[in-house]
Amino acid sequence: MPIISTAGLARTFQTKRGPVEAVRGIDLTVKEGEILGFLGPNGAGKTTTLRMLTTLLAPTGGAATVAGHDLATDPAGVRRACGYVAQSGGVDPQVSVREELVTQGRLYRLTKDQAAERAEELARDLGLTDLLDRRTSALSGGQRRRLDIALGLTHRPKVLFLDEPTTGLDPASRADLWDLVRRLRDEYGTTVFLTTHYLDEADALADRLVVVDQGVVVAEGTPSALKLQYGGSIDATLQDTFLAITGRGPAPADSAPVAV
Amino acid sequence: MLLQDTALIFGRYARQTLRSRFAMLFGVLMPLLYLLFFGPLLTDLPLGGEGSSWQVLVPGLLLQLGLFGAAFAGFMIIVEKNHGIVERMRVTPVSRLALLLGRVLRDAAVFVFQAVLLVLAAVVMGLRAPVGGILIGFAFVALLTVSLASLSYALAMRSSSPQAFGPTINAVTMPSMLLSGLMLPMSLAPGWLDALSHVMPFRYLVDAMRDAYVGSYTTASMLYGVLVALGFAGLAVTVGTRVFRKAGA
Repeated sequence: MPIISTAGLARTFQTKRGPVEAVRGIDLTVKEGEILGFLGPNGAGKTTTLRMLTTLLAPTGGAATVAGHDLATDPAGVRRACGYVAQSGGVDPQVSVREELVTQGRLYRLTKDQAAERAEELARDLGLTDLLDRRTSALSGGQRRRLDIALGLTHRPKVLFLDEPTTGLDPASRADLWDLVRRLRDEYGTTVFLTTHYLDEADALADRLVVVDQGVVVAEGTPSALKLQYGGSIDATLQDTFLAITGRGPAPADSAPVAV
Repeated sequence: MLLQDTALIFGRYARQTLRSRFAMLFGVLMPLLYLLFFGPLLTDLPLGGEGSSWQVLVPGLLLQLGLFGAAFAGFMIIVEKNHGIVERMRVTPVSRLALLLGRVLRDAAVFVFQAVLLVLAAVVMGLRAPVGGILIGFAFVALLTVSLASLSYALAMRSSSPQAFGPTINAVTMPSMLLSGLMLPMSLAPGWLDALSHVMPFRYLVDAMRDAYVGSYTTASMLYGVLVALGFAGLAVTVGTRVFRKAGA
């Protein structure tokens, strides 16, 4: 049984200039323990989909279950089962790392002692131990990201949603983060659902890719299957494959950026 | 669950307040200036009703403190929203009501503290009022700040920028202050203005507080004041919690 499945999941925003269909109908399934790369151009509906799957935003159509909990009827169950790390993170710059970790534990209804212990444990696991008593504003980009992820892992969720986790990180921090994501899956069996604009990241990290464009799924499969089907050969770059899928036209081969 | 969650959120924001103690005193400044430079003008004027001019002015200034302070409480949440803190909390199982209550109770504590400072200053200036009445006044300040801060957070959750939020709040608070007779009692007003002021909830609160400050605890004004304050708070907290539950922003 898939750990995430959605059917026709849709969200329309009412704006002053009329309705905007951010997500038109997403059908996808994610297997337990899978690392899923969720790709798409800017404005394709990636973040909106993530916000629906994490109960932050009510869908206007369709249905979904996350870890056996129905999004519409059991949002509390979904919240207990999943962790979410937003693009912007979510820490107060004035607060210490320890306080954020402990507060997060308490938000997940741990007792004071349990929350303090879990904070130490997470800090050890994510290399934050020496930073526990620092304000979060004093952390580097990579350290900040590890703290954001530690917060998302507080309750040992079955599913972790990461929204563009490596945007703005230096190459070493990105490599660390990739290792961390793989380790989460290998050691704890965590299912990881991540969006990214870095195709090398998707290629290196994801078991399977789902590509969305204009609010619907336009392609899915393993990176090599997609390359074969859309890029013309298994040796095609994911870059060319992605452009072929989203119909954005192949850019001049050497001037194209690595990110889209 | 609710109590524990509320205490957790309250603690987080109380620590935030204690980190900037100066800002905590800053809110008292405007009403204090009114007390020092406007209060003395009233001492010999016929304001109607019982008691001294201080017993008329101080309740109004306390509500003004709550009105201007709590209405702007939402600014903080716009900052937090941009940091992603609100969403980070909303994906956890924490009670939505607690996310609001923890914050507004912190606000109520801050404004009651400021109200105490203001009353102490007023006593120095010449205020004499029964202790019971003064305590009732603090309760009204607390209820008013709970109400206004809830509405302010609700509005701020739906505003995208401080630039949009600030002018809206200004447009509401200024007329509210003038139309409620916070500075001078509406009993001095011509009929039309007096009638108009009755659509403002704060009008009932200030009338009740002025009664309390002269020791009249069982008047019709007191009854209306209590009912309006409780009703307004109930409504505001309901609206605020709904926004925290749904929050499309």
